[in-house]
Amino acid sequence: MIATALKVEKVAVHFGGLVALSDMNFTVGEGEIVSLIGPNGAGKTTAFNVVTGFLDPTRGAVSYRGTALNGLKPHQIADLGLARTFQRTSVFPNDTVYDNLLVGLHRQGRVSLLAAILGLPRARSSERRLRERASELIEWVGLERRAYDLAGSLSYGEQRLVGVALALAAEPSMLLLDEPVSGMNASETHTFVQLVRNIRDRGVTILLVEHDMPMVMSVSDRIVVLNYGRIIAEGPPDVIRNDPAVIEAYLGQGATRA
Amino acid sequence: MKSGVAILTILAFASVPLWLRDPYLMNALITTGIFIIGAMSLNLLLGFTGQLSLGHIAFFGIGAYVSALTSLGFDVGLPFGFRVVHTPWPPIVGFVLAIVVAGLCGYLVGLLSFRVRGAYFVIVTISFAEVVRLVALNWVELTQGPLALTNIPSITIGLPGLGYLTLRNKLQNYYLVLAVAVVTYVLISRLVHSHFGRAMRGLMENETLAVSVGIDVTKTLTLAAVISAGIAGAAGSLYAHYIRIIDPEVFAFINTVTMVIMVITGGKGSLAGPIVGGMIFGLLPVFLRPIMAPEAQWIAYGGVLIVILFVLPRGIVPSLALRFAKPRSRVETVVAPVAFSERDAKEHA
Repeated sequence: MIATALKVEKVAVHFGGLVALSDMNFTVGEGEIVSLIGPNGAGKTTAFNVVTGFLDPTRGAVSYRGTALNGLKPHQIADLGLARTFQRTSVFPNDTVYDNLLVGLHRQGRVSLLAAILGLPRARSSERRLRERASELIEWVGLERRAYDLAGSLSYGEQRLVGVALALAAEPSMLLLDEPVSGMNASETHTFVQLVRNIRDRGVTILLVEHDMPMVMSVSDRIVVLNYGRIIAEGPPDVIRNDPAVIEAYLGQGATRA
Repeated sequence: MKSGVAILTILAFASVPLWLRDPYLMNALITTGIFIIGAMSLNLLLGFTGQLSLGHIAFFGIGAYVSALTSLGFDVGLPFGFRVVHTPWPPIVGFVLAIVVAGLCGYLVGLLSFRVRGAYFVIVTISFAEVVRLVALNWVELTQGPLALTNIPSITIGLPGLGYLTLRNKLQNYYLVLAVAVVTYVLISRLVHSHFGRAMRGLMENETLAVSVGIDVTKTLTLAAVISAGIAGAAGSLYAHYIRIIDPEVFAFINTVTMVIMVITGGKGSLAGPIVGGMIFGLLPVFLRPIMAPEAQWIAYGGVLIVILFVLPRGIVPSLALRFAKPRSRVETVVAPVAFSERDAKEHA
């Protein structure tokens, strides 16, 4: 039995009269790759925002390694070791990739402001460490050739990689990826799957929200399927692939009989 | 190469009193220098965090009044029969207190308005400046109201081994302002290149992402506001001890606008921008005065502003930097933001 990392209990989110999520329960174990899937509007991104503290649930509780996340600010949640990437806005567009990473390393570079202004040795050595770490991360996601280009000038797929590197900069114990391969071509997706596995092998737990079914099936240990704000199925890829409720949700009624 | 340019600029400014003997021009240079320090502090907020403080002159004015009152002393009655009597302290103490009190005000304004930000910060800062102006105008016992605080002593500095020097003439004040401006420049430069500066830039460019990598928004912005206000307070103190008379008109909205114009034309987010913009708009009245009526001068001001922003929309320094940059990086930096804004537009559509 793997220890539970993330626990989502009876979470509901209402936007006025609209029920975005009703009674969602699932867990993610340490070192697991779990995917959250579902048709458009199923509540995936809402679930994601609740877990990362960008949205407070109407009801229910989310906890990470036993610490309740309710009411914590996003930067406090980041301090607990949870890092996320974003669907659309994943970079600081007017900075180079390298500078993006330096911003991302904010949590590592905390020397006092006075030390930084006076250029004390402590501040300088911390700065040097940050620069080394930034180079490492850029190499890790394979963007060495783009390090000194403006992040806003990169292709969509490359910006996603910057987003992942930024999330890894916080040295998270759990990484949450929001539709990371949308807009990527097949070979980029393939490389990305490799990268996700590598990240997990480093001991980082991963929760993935994704549309790309082949990608989800190939990378996940377990899949949670949402529809209309409810969980309709949960299990390993092989089980999900053949689950009638899932097929119905994606292909409509009647597809199961065909 | 960059530090070479900086040293040459400092030397050029330092040599001005050697060949410029016109006291009127010297006076204009000193007040311009003081306003440039104010503009640099405004640039720290506007250019590096994207927050527009339209009441920035409040911190400048508070610095001026705190410094003046510290060195003049006062005797004020408070409610319930209390009295506060303050005997004069040396102006240099006033200078330090001006920074501290202005910084504290920056903290309060930041704390109040950064929870909501954007337009709210603009509104809170305008209101704050207006409230402070009304207090200065109506608390006659403390500030003399419209009668102004007069006979403010000049700054005296202690020189090791040389005794004390009171900065009475224009030459001495010119070098004092230059020294404070250089220190301010170095301070802001170190600040924006530190991890703290990167946090500010990150917040300006993509706040959601910045928050997710662990940057504390309120803390970062409030700290920027405190430092910015403190520097503005220092500029105000220099102003009070140089002009030696201040009245509530120092809080006039037009003074904030002047600083904003200096920053925007020079190039917000560029360290040298406020200096270039400040020199142009600080010295423009000097050259316009002989040939134009005061009302026409404001129109000319507006005309120059429009021309600069039309020809160099990013402000003078960033636009020229782009023009003289290496061809390769020029193409990239010009193309990238456009490509990005197109995508943004599509996403919003």
